[in-house]
Amino acid sequence: MWVYQKMLQYPARVRSTNPRLAKAVITQYGGPDGELAASLRYLTQRYTMPIPEAKAALTDIGTEELAHMEIVATLVYNLIRDASIADIKRAGLDGYYADHDKALYFVNAEGVPWVAAYIQSKGDPITDIHENMAAEQKARSTYEYLIQLSDDPDVTDTLRFLWQREIVHFQRFGEILNLLHDYYGRERVFHMKGWDPEKMPPVDR
Amino acid sequence: MNAQQKEMLLRIMELQFAATELNLYLDTHPDDMRALQEFRMRSQELMSAKMEYERVYGPLLNFGLGMTGRTWQWIQDPWPWEVNWRRS
Ligand SMILES: [Fe+2]
Repeated sequence: MWVYQKMLQYPARVRSTNPRLAKAVITQYGGPDGELAASLRYLTQRYTMPIPEAKAALTDIGTEELAHMEIVATLVYNLIRDASIADIKRAGLDGYYADHDKALYFVNAEGVPWVAAYIQSKGDPITDIHENMAAEQKARSTYEYLIQLSDDPDVTDTLRFLWQREIVHFQRFGEILNLLHDYYGRERVFHMKGWDPEKMPPVDR
Repeated sequence: MNAQQKEMLLRIMELQFAATELNLYLDTHPDDMRALQEFRMRSQELMSAKMEYERVYGPLLNFGLGMTGRTWQWIQDPWPWEVNWRRS
């Protein structure tokens, strides 16, 4: 089960009302490489992981991503909270406002709603960990673009924290990949679960 | 939220972060005794900082994992997204 801690993981600060920046940052809430996708991806993949290190890492990183989702929501909420209708129109957020007022909803920067197709859960641990390493890199790139777009130094500070976390998660998933290679007992860099040189492709697992 | 409450909460957030980072590291390095020792120290500090905070400001965790006083402080504002962390 999960419990809630009544605090943020990082003190997310916002200097002033800025719906234009909110429109970009919200992609890390409900976009393809955002924190909702990250947490759900890891938490749903953990059931079919064969080694204890992988089950633990997916549970813990998936949980940390939920905390990141809350940080991103806090940024967006505070960036638009005091915006006037004129501010919202100027920022091009009128479409969002028509559907959600100033409520938080899972969309990317262009307003496209979140879909489960953003994530994968393949049942092959090697495949899944590769997906996660790619996901961490995609999230890292997104934070870099958001940092370039940010004109609020306080928001940039929090984006930098989240950017760093993607790098740490990538590192941990890389270690899990190595542990999986050890577990399957193959000394090769590119390895597939059930791979048998006698039988290609590996149909009978 | 007053300055003293913020300061105590920030300290908890720092300790929580250190423990989170060590936790992830230990997931892939379970035999690293130095990291384990460090984790044990941080988590002990974290628990006592939380207890000290909760005694005054109410529970930080729901479902019976926080410390509850004579009133139901859990519903008290501000919630995490409402705290103004701006340095003045
Ligand atoms: Fe991540």
